Amino acid sequence: MADLSAREMELVAAIQGGLPLVPRPYAAIGKKIGMSEQQVIKQLADWQADGTIRRMGVIVRHHELGYRANAMVVWNIPDEQVQEVGRLLGKQKVVTLCYQRPRRLPDWPYNLFCMIHGQDRDVVLGHVETLAVLLSEQCDLSGLDFKVLFSRRRFKQRGACSIKEKSVTPQQIAGSC
Amino acid sequence: MKSSLEKSLLNDFQRDFPLSETPFADMAESLGVEETQVLESLQSLQSAGSISRVGPIFHTGRIGASSLVAMAVPDGRLEEVAEIISAYVEVNHNYEREHEYNLWFVVTASSEDHLQQVLDSMQQNTGLETLVLPMIEGYHIDLGFKLQWQT
Repeated sequence: MADLSAREMELVAAIQGGLPLVPRPYAAIGKKIGMSEQQVIKQLADWQADGTIRRMGVIVRHHELGYRANAMVVWNIPDEQVQEVGRLLGKQKVVTLCYQRPRRLPDWPYNLFCMIHGQDRDVVLGHVETLAVLLSEQCDLSGLDFKVLFSRRRFKQRGACSIKEKSVTPQQIAGSC
Repeated sequence: MKSSLEKSLLNDFQRDFPLSETPFADMAESLGVEETQVLESLQSLQSAGSISRVGPIFHTGRIGASSLVAMAVPDGRLEEVAEIISAYVEVNHNYEREHEYNLWFVVTASSEDHLQQVLDSMQQNTGLETLVLPMIEGYHIDLGFKLQWQT
């Protein structure tokens, strides 16, 4: 996919903080940036079709809804198997995200990351154990090297909304974006 | 306690949000309630912090530049460093995690250059190295998150 135009970036910036909760939200967004309601709707539909928008709808906050056990599980998977293992993990119901990332040797050997959100730490650990068994059986991986990084404090959580911001100096965040 | 309308709004509209002129009226119709009830309930869920917003999740990596970043912050400096990091407008999630790398955050910038400037600035302002872990490949199809209710 080509880079977005300046015009398209304006729409991203106008909508990434969420739709206004009014009867005609797409018209309201369009009005801010000089686009018609139909142009906004068409662009959003195109972006959903080409994957620029991953999902559109109600974005829930896990922690506030009682899902306080939030684990990032990191795996050290042989490079030639990482795609197969990633696809398998990505399909599991308990996995909410699954990404391949670079190793940073010698400090960081893990190349596959997945997130598991749960209401209870032991339940999440049980899920991780089940995943490890699945990988050892289906992908013939024995002696799996992985770590479970539970979250402790959450210092900040909000939607990505820095598209217009060019500042590189720390500044206070006033409310949500 | 969430009402049944709230539960439904939380669980059943995480994806495939209507792209019609009146999406909230469409939701109301499918639920058999009034549009104003949908708007008011969403407003109250947002005020209560149960939802962050109603809208799109953009595919990171397709728009601007972003990366997961970790820092190994020495004991006693975590709060101070976390505050410095959270103050960047380019940071959205910032968590303490149980590991030697104990501070984990996502930096989203308008370009690769902008991202690098932010990372350099963070190293200068904290005196700590950053472990930069951008996404290479995503394997998960985001269908939202199925909430389960206790009762």
